Amino acid sequence: MADNVDEDSQYRIKEGDYVVLKRGDIFKAVQIQLKKKVIFEKQWFFLDKAVGQLYSSTFEIVSGGILQPLKPKDTESPTDAKEAGTDNRNIVDDGKSQKLTRDDIETLKEQGLKGQEIIQRLIESSSTFRDKTEYAQDKYIKKKKKKYENTVTILKPSCRILAMMYHGREPGKICHLRYDTLAQMLTLANIHAGSKVLVFETCAGLVLGSVMERMGGYGSVIQMYPGGGPVRAGVESFGFPEHFHDMLHEFPICHVNALLAGTLDTTAKDPSADSKKSDMSAEEEQNQPKAEPEEQSMETNTEADGTHDHEKDEREKLKEARAQGKKVKQEEKRKKLAAAAALLEGRNADGLVIASRFHPCPVLMGLLKFLSPSRPFVVYSQYKEALIECYTKLKDHGGTVNLRLTDTWLRHYQVLPNRTHPVLLMSGGGGYLLSGTTVAADRSKPAGSRRAEEPAAKRLKLTDTEG
Amino acid sequence: MNGVTVLTMSFVEYSDFVQDGDVAIVYLGHESMMPVKVQQGAQTQTRYGAIRHTTDLIGQRYGSKVTCSKGGWVYVLHPTPELWTVTLPHRTQILYTTDIATITMMLELKPGSVVCESGTGSGSLSHAILRTIAPTGHLHTAEFHQQRAEKVAEEFKEHRVDHLVTVRNQDVCKDGFGVTGVADAVFLDIPSPWDAVRHAKTAMKKQGGRVCSFSPCIEQVQKTCEALVAQGFEEVSSVEILLRVHDVRTVSLPLPDFGPDSLAQTQPDIAEKTPPIQASVTMKTTVPPREIPGHTGYLTFATKPRT
Repeated sequence: MADNVDEDSQYRIKEGDYVVLKRGDIFKAVQIQLKKKVIFEKQWFFLDKAVGQLYSSTFEIVSGGILQPLKPKDTESPTDAKEAGTDNRNIVDDGKSQKLTRDDIETLKEQGLKGQEIIQRLIESSSTFRDKTEYAQDKYIKKKKKKYENTVTILKPSCRILAMMYHGREPGKICHLRYDTLAQMLTLANIHAGSKVLVFETCAGLVLGSVMERMGGYGSVIQMYPGGGPVRAGVESFGFPEHFHDMLHEFPICHVNALLAGTLDTTAKDPSADSKKSDMSAEEEQNQPKAEPEEQSMETNTEADGTHDHEKDEREKLKEARAQGKKVKQEEKRKKLAAAAALLEGRNADGLVIASRFHPCPVLMGLLKFLSPSRPFVVYSQYKEALIECYTKLKDHGGTVNLRLTDTWLRHYQVLPNRTHPVLLMSGGGGYLLSGTTVAADRSKPAGSRRAEEPAAKRLKLTDTEG
Repeated sequence: MNGVTVLTMSFVEYSDFVQDGDVAIVYLGHESMMPVKVQQGAQTQTRYGAIRHTTDLIGQRYGSKVTCSKGGWVYVLHPTPELWTVTLPHRTQILYTTDIATITMMLELKPGSVVCESGTGSGSLSHAILRTIAPTGHLHTAEFHQQRAEKVAEEFKEHRVDHLVTVRNQDVCKDGFGVTGVADAVFLDIPSPWDAVRHAKTAMKKQGGRVCSFSPCIEQVQKTCEALVAQGFEEVSSVEILLRVHDVRTVSLPLPDFGPDSLAQTQPDIAEKTPPIQASVTMKTTVPPREIPGHTGYLTFATKPRT
């Protein structure tokens, strides 16, 4: 029990870790890299000294951008002055209450004074501070702290922190999905370990990462992606252990129709990769959605430059090696596609999560076909109108129950002795959700669109999913 | 192929077919559902007639349509914590999905989390926690009301999640959670959470974790925040979350008759062709329900630092 070092090893910051920097309510996700300058809140520093420290530690940034661990008690309020006024009847705004000038403060900063010390000086040089009410003094100190205290806390990433970070920093990148809305999605879709979940998102990978966190490496996630390749920057920030990536699959949305029609099977399932023809077609297929401009331009360069014979040989070899590498990569990609297709073909997924900048209607109608009956789905859209259309379509089409179009309001409170009230500003909107549960397609209604769905439903019944 | 791997339904694992002993959710219509304990030979009465478990439920695929004795039909759904929340028998006031979702994310719950909860109440939140922390986590839940504690333990067994939970019949304010230094997260839904804050701290891992307290009144929040700060908790933050449901409707807005315009006056046939009676615009929109829950409770979150 005395050996605390081992016990803490998983709580220590390591080189290469993905972490989140925090000051006040501001977050930033970075990777711990030695000798790499990081800019956060108008300050630059190096994270080298954080390595080996415990997560959730707070550091002071000292000259040269070096981090110095702070003792928890150091962050306490610097003032002991108990003298305070009762109201502001005698406080006049003449702009002269602060005796320190801008230049004075700059000089103090250059002298390497700590943030706390600067705040103490500001308080001492303020002629009105003592007349302010206790509450106004508190507020004054808090404001100055925000400005002058140069501390940073290093946190272990989590869905909570990253969702708050993205919403605060880059809401446009995540379609303005607010963190409480994301929370609703994960719950409404019953995301949990061991299930098979489809995710279609253009939220930088935040939604995908959140789904993966909730599944803890158990089960499978199939990311349906638009365009050339899946976007996963946000997933990286979670810093998942290696084995989490084993459960992650990807499938291009442009192949969904082919998969549903059964025409994708030959490409995806053919095990004889040596056959040149199938290889070519696979290559074509891969290249169509994902143009690889770097590699292509490199190749043209090689050909144009190859004037000398031996040089040409060298280049030829290099080219061949590169082509071989490309082939291996493509083969890997093809295998991945086949694996994802195999997972989808059973049409027995356990959940569907959609959050994208695309019109949700076709996405939902297309991907719902891959779900087992009695499974939840949830669609996010920044706009309610798009979801009204989804709702109407689903009602016409059948095959779902428990449809709900909702949004949530999130209100923060300031809770302080005698100063408790809702926070003045609240988020205007965090987007809308349409959620529901799939059921076996209805065969009694004669609606034309439903007839077309019948074979799929029958097939579903016949396919044994777990056997 | 069928029956090679018979996965049994539980609240933490999907299965495809209804089996004897399952708890199934019968969907009767919009916002109308009921839980059914599936038993050989049993019958359940609904407003559409009786459902005979042996023939109508057992062996059916979850999500299928089931025809009742009077010719009406229902759907049989696989249970989830969310469906359970809207169908469970109330023994107390319960937490609903909107708050549960926020609590789950803000407490950073995930597979493997060890969680303490009090009171257990009707088990609405407990089921959601169990779903999220399975298969490797554990829930320690304390309920001071003996009958309620026994009843909820019985339900956990029926729902096949009892291996993930320990129910203790004790007063958390006096006796704590019954565990020390193990929890990643603590949730309090009791009348005087400030009395349990120190026990929450004791129950939590020394490396730290997250805590949440749910209270309907602001005075409770005030006292809880004071207790949290006094016990050294950080990042204390209180929020309220409100669900808004939008009912999708087709509405028709009539257009007023401005009378014949000057063009119509000079060309009488046009005026005749456009009778003003049907002039209206039809559109899809949403309407808010006439009444919505305006307040459930304040959620206060905090972080326990390393000690």
